[in-house]
Amino acid sequence: MFDYSFHWRSAFKALPDMLGGAWVTFETAALSMIFGVLIALCLTLMRQTKNPLARGFGNAWVSVARNTPSLFQIYLLYFGLGSFGIHISSWAALLAGITFNNAGYLAENFRGGLKAVPETQMRAARSLGMSAFKTYQLVIIPQLLRIVFYPLTNQMVWAVLMTSLGVIVGLNNDLTGVTQGYNVKTFRTFEYFALAAVLYYLIAKAIVLVARLLGWRLFRY
Amino acid sequence: MLTTSITSTDLLFLLQGAWTTILLTLWAMLLGTAGGVICGLLRATLPRATLPLAWVLDAFRSVPLLIQFVLFNSLKSIAGLDWSAFSVACAVLGVYAAAYCTEIVRSGVLAVSPNVRRAGRSLGLNYWQDLRYIVLPMATRIAFPGWLNLALSVMKDTALVMWIGIVELLRASQIIVTRIQEPLLVLCIAGLIYYFISLVVARLGNQLEKRWQEND
Repeated sequence: MFDYSFHWRSAFKALPDMLGGAWVTFETAALSMIFGVLIALCLTLMRQTKNPLARGFGNAWVSVARNTPSLFQIYLLYFGLGSFGIHISSWAALLAGITFNNAGYLAENFRGGLKAVPETQMRAARSLGMSAFKTYQLVIIPQLLRIVFYPLTNQMVWAVLMTSLGVIVGLNNDLTGVTQGYNVKTFRTFEYFALAAVLYYLIAKAIVLVARLLGWRLFRY
Repeated sequence: MLTTSITSTDLLFLLQGAWTTILLTLWAMLLGTAGGVICGLLRATLPRATLPLAWVLDAFRSVPLLIQFVLFNSLKSIAGLDWSAFSVACAVLGVYAAAYCTEIVRSGVLAVSPNVRRAGRSLGLNYWQDLRYIVLPMATRIAFPGWLNLALSVMKDTALVMWIGIVELLRASQIIVTRIQEPLLVLCIAGLIYYFISLVVARLGNQLEKRWQEND
């Protein structure tokens, strides 16, 4: 029944390449988070305005991002945009897809975070003579950041896990892509993917650890 | 521009794919909830002793689902098991859902105030009665929104099973795209189906939640 001999050595030989792939994975996830946070802030503001067009746009973005699979979103960008004559690389499609997804989920988090900051604080700060911008900068945003900090960490881990979908649209230099490349050359599926799984686990744990240290440093008081 | 070569058979094929997606979700949630309730109860009652269990489940949450599929699929071949791709997908998704469900159940059980449980015990209920008549109803209400979210996210994650060769909704749309070369239209239809399923599940869940809250 169990006549398979594991060949870990060939997998370990591929480790440097896979570490390079892991870096690409991390980079993609970090970029998608940066863009995601910026877009999510815009979406949160848009959903709070009275303008029905901006509101509708924000709500539509959030509900589409949250109610369809992220793989579908990446597909739509990679194959669907071709109908308009726009051909983007698989990395760009992956990044755009994850960013779209992140922005939708983060906008929802930010909305919850804004709700948790009492409105009276805004009024209090304004009556002390702060401008609206100053109020946001010194009173609202720091508290918002504190509330959404752990959800942000979670989303970052999610982003790292989502980058593995790039291989389905043909990305070959991220961690899963490199692994799949070795897999089709050697057919040592289990060894290579087990190693990739360990690397993903380590990346996820490293992010959580750094976030915890950062949170401890930032929110001591 | 507005002409299309999509046929009713293609639409039927998409709906068949959607049915596979729904079936996968149901099986995964069934397995996941069963596993999650057991592990969650264990985690809530014996937090120290079951720490290794938490680490194992945490690993399932920290590794991409795609890699879990590939790993388990190759492990199945290595061990010489003769499972269909569908059962492999159900098993992996079930364990994945269980890993999340454990945390949901644990937080639900821990949210039941110990005073209420003590009151129940001092009225003469034994441990199992306390669990059945006090903890279960209260924890269910607390955990239900999280569980619903999990069900929706598992439904979306079933899109990944195409990698191990199951024709579900997204794969079905891909097959049609290869034939008629109209990716935007076909993908939009697939997206609408996903959106519709999510919407229906979320609506049903919200109604159930509202009905439960009447007694609060």
